[in-house]
Amino acid sequence: MSAAEDVVPTEQEGQAVEAVPKRAMTLGTGTSLIVLAALILTPLLVKNFVIFQMTQLLVYGLAVLALNILTGGSGQFSLGQSAFYAVGAYTSAVLMEQYNVNYALTLPISGLLCFAVGFLFGQPALRLSGVYLALATFALATAMPQLLKLNFLEPWTGGVQGLVVTKPDAPFGLHMSQDMWLYYFTLVITIAIYLLSVNLLRSRSGRAFMSIRDNEIAASAMGVNVALYKTLAFGVSAGITGVAGSLGAIVVQFVAPDSFTITLAIQLFLGMVVGGVGWLPGSFVGAAFIIFVPNIAESVSKGLSGAVFGVLLFFVIYLVPHGARQVAIVSQQLVGKFKK
Amino acid sequence: MELFTNQILAGISTGAIYACMALAVVMIYQAIDHLNFAQGEMAMFSTFISWQLMQWGVPYWGAFVLAVAFSFVGGIAIERILFKPLAKAPILTNVAGFIALFSIINSCAGLIWDFTIKQYPTPFGSAPFLGSQLISTHQAGMIGVTVLLLIALYFFFQYTRIGLAMRAAASLPESARLVGINTSWMIALGWGMAAAIGAIAGILIAPVVFLEPNMMGGVLIYGFAAAVLGGLTSPLGAVIGGFLVGIFENLAGTYIPGVGNELKLPIALALIISVLVVKPAGLFGRPIVKRV
Repeated sequence: MSAAEDVVPTEQEGQAVEAVPKRAMTLGTGTSLIVLAALILTPLLVKNFVIFQMTQLLVYGLAVLALNILTGGSGQFSLGQSAFYAVGAYTSAVLMEQYNVNYALTLPISGLLCFAVGFLFGQPALRLSGVYLALATFALATAMPQLLKLNFLEPWTGGVQGLVVTKPDAPFGLHMSQDMWLYYFTLVITIAIYLLSVNLLRSRSGRAFMSIRDNEIAASAMGVNVALYKTLAFGVSAGITGVAGSLGAIVVQFVAPDSFTITLAIQLFLGMVVGGVGWLPGSFVGAAFIIFVPNIAESVSKGLSGAVFGVLLFFVIYLVPHGARQVAIVSQQLVGKFKK
Repeated sequence: MELFTNQILAGISTGAIYACMALAVVMIYQAIDHLNFAQGEMAMFSTFISWQLMQWGVPYWGAFVLAVAFSFVGGIAIERILFKPLAKAPILTNVAGFIALFSIINSCAGLIWDFTIKQYPTPFGSAPFLGSQLISTHQAGMIGVTVLLLIALYFFFQYTRIGLAMRAAASLPESARLVGINTSWMIALGWGMAAAIGAIAGILIAPVVFLEPNMMGGVLIYGFAAAVLGGLTSPLGAVIGGFLVGIFENLAGTYIPGVGNELKLPIALALIISVLVVKPAGLFGRPIVKRV
């Protein structure tokens, strides 16, 4: 159009996710150890229901982490995570209830299956970006409950009624409640996946993801196979979400199509924003937000719980637009000053 | 063949609803470059305002004008108070803000007017239009209003100074500021206009889907889909997209065996995505060329 258009730099436009340096994506060793100790010791002191909620927190945290790898890592946006979560949950439920497979064995199976589904979905999604990718993934999320209700799948999925999943007992004759055993089981898997994700983002592939996020053209000029890594990010994210879905099905002991609507995808998205996009430990802070804040809102006012939730969310994004990551950075600086 | 034409007619009449909503979606996308997830709820709230005014004895058109004016001011107020401070925040934070707004408006409307379904009057009557059972005079009136709105918007953006300023502010904010356009207020104006168009859409849709706090859920999804299909940069495309989505949805429901009502939405969305894979900027959208 005009000459002015050529002069104005457009670096910020179209970039959905700001660059996060690699090191800023994790916690320091000391903090990690304290958090780990707290996670291991707390269940010994609290009631079963609290343990159940903590398990759910870990499960949602994993799902948010998966979205964080996709969005914070490779810069792609997804509102379809609930679909992958559903596939994982149903894979576990069907294998456990219809084919009597051990619950622990169903996790890698649903992880691999979801990886494949995500990888394949990533292929057409390659041509879309920004709003259009959001719409495509959104379509996936709205379609999933309907697909699960299909008649010819009913012998496996139980149709609209869903499936009841048996809660596993603690193995090796351990004296602990089922809830507590499931908590530690989930915790081990969560830690394993967390470490794998941290390493993934520090590896060659992780650098490739981030280069695509920051500048796709520059990345391809450096020899990054953009198409491959974008679909790979989708696959990895879907795979982790699938494992989270499996764990979720075992913990809640029930799967039904209507637990996996677009609302779940929106919750996961909110969890990511509240936790800080691109900061992996924040995923668990975000998960705590989406699990506990609706309860708090409900206790403030029954009729206006939605409004209270919205207002709290506004507070969070005004005070810390970069999520829990911002809190972590600020407190780190404070601690640094204190030491001096 | 008659079944086919009937389904197309039915598709056009539902498509008119989506077209209205899509127009509001495109309007705000032009101004702020985001899809506003709370748009449907804002429209719902405006429709409730007009309903309340009618309950207090204001005549239909009086309530219509007042509700649209209220929405215009309300839209500007929401932008000034809630979203202006977020202008520098990451895009995803803004989206979270839209979701929060959605939740607040929905919950407040539920508290004020409760969740029972309410009848909403129409000024056009509901007799069959031109002897066809499939399109009522209300739906014909709705199509008429949508087209009028589209023409008015076209003239506003092409031939008025302020329309030109808004376009400039949306396409190149830095340069627009250099030539003396108050871009910040142009964004607020965009919010106001989008809210006003949303109010018109809500008032037109309410007689068909009935008035309740969740009335916009489904409509907004189709409105988004229509806007994206037509191209987010083109108001005309959005309206045509709305009609196309309505027709797609009806034809898929009729001709593909085993689809029925449940799978209509996924199929319509799948079709839209296939269109997007071939034409990523939508049917009528202008691809945005970026300087590297």
